[in-house]
Amino acid sequence: MNAQQKEMLLRIMELQFAATELNLYLDTHPDDMRALQEFRMRSQELMSAKMEYERVYGPLLNFGLGMTGRTWQWIQDPWPWEVNWRRS
Amino acid sequence: MWVYQKMLQYPARVRSTNPRLAKAVITQYGGPDGELAASLRYLTQRYTMPIPEAKAALTDIGTEELAHMEIVATLVYNLIRDASIADIKRAGLDGYYADHDKALYFVNAEGVPWVAAYIQSKGDPITDIHENMAAEQKARSTYEYLIQLSDDPDVTDTLRFLWQREIVHFQRFGEILNLLHDYYGRERVFHMKGWDPEKMPPVDR
Ligand SMILES: [Fe+2]
Repeated sequence: MNAQQKEMLLRIMELQFAATELNLYLDTHPDDMRALQEFRMRSQELMSAKMEYERVYGPLLNFGLGMTGRTWQWIQDPWPWEVNWRRS
Repeated sequence: MWVYQKMLQYPARVRSTNPRLAKAVITQYGGPDGELAASLRYLTQRYTMPIPEAKAALTDIGTEELAHMEIVATLVYNLIRDASIADIKRAGLDGYYADHDKALYFVNAEGVPWVAAYIQSKGDPITDIHENMAAEQKARSTYEYLIQLSDDPDVTDTLRFLWQREIVHFQRFGEILNLLHDYYGRERVFHMKGWDPEKMPPVDR
């Protein structure tokens, strides 16, 4: 995985984390409109970051939820446990 | 249903081969307070939750715990991947190696396999949420001990992330407990489902 792919994926992971955290908060504070607004913003950013990534590197999600190009990129290495995230 | 996202929740880094550290960290994969136990506990308790907030929180936290299980597996996998037989023997991982080579298996730090008895699903939502709050605290303590044991700053960084998540989950479960108290309509701190001051113990729910 090259530096640019890693950078794009890291950005997605960050946005995904923000959305996860807000999601858990909203589960117990469903009437918090500020949190809801923030969640909507983050999830929109997340979706467009994912689309941009998937256009180049293939689907991030299985079962038809990711974007599939002309080749079956889903089986491409590396899998998440194989990515070297060490800062060089 | 569930779908898979081809990424980790957190960029789990490992600085160098360290089977000794792997032997300790694996307890958060298959130990009593580990991530497998956490995810299965919450996901199986959700069916008998009476309020929408609880069903959602158990589904979502249970799902996040599955992502944590993958992070812990990634740490262990990368800590032992390049270990030699000599490294494995020195680290006291030879017993594990005899049974599993370098494959991932659900054991605690002493090699005891995972059992369903680690978790409970009691059908009483108040009881179950108390169990979950205790579970989050136990996992938090375990991460603190692992951080003390860790001699790899990169692994410590990921352990700190997982430690923080236990604190957030504890907070969310505390809020669910309060919502359940509201739902049962009792203004008391220590409340039991079906509790009726006229009838103790609460036998006819
Ligand atoms: Fe947790």
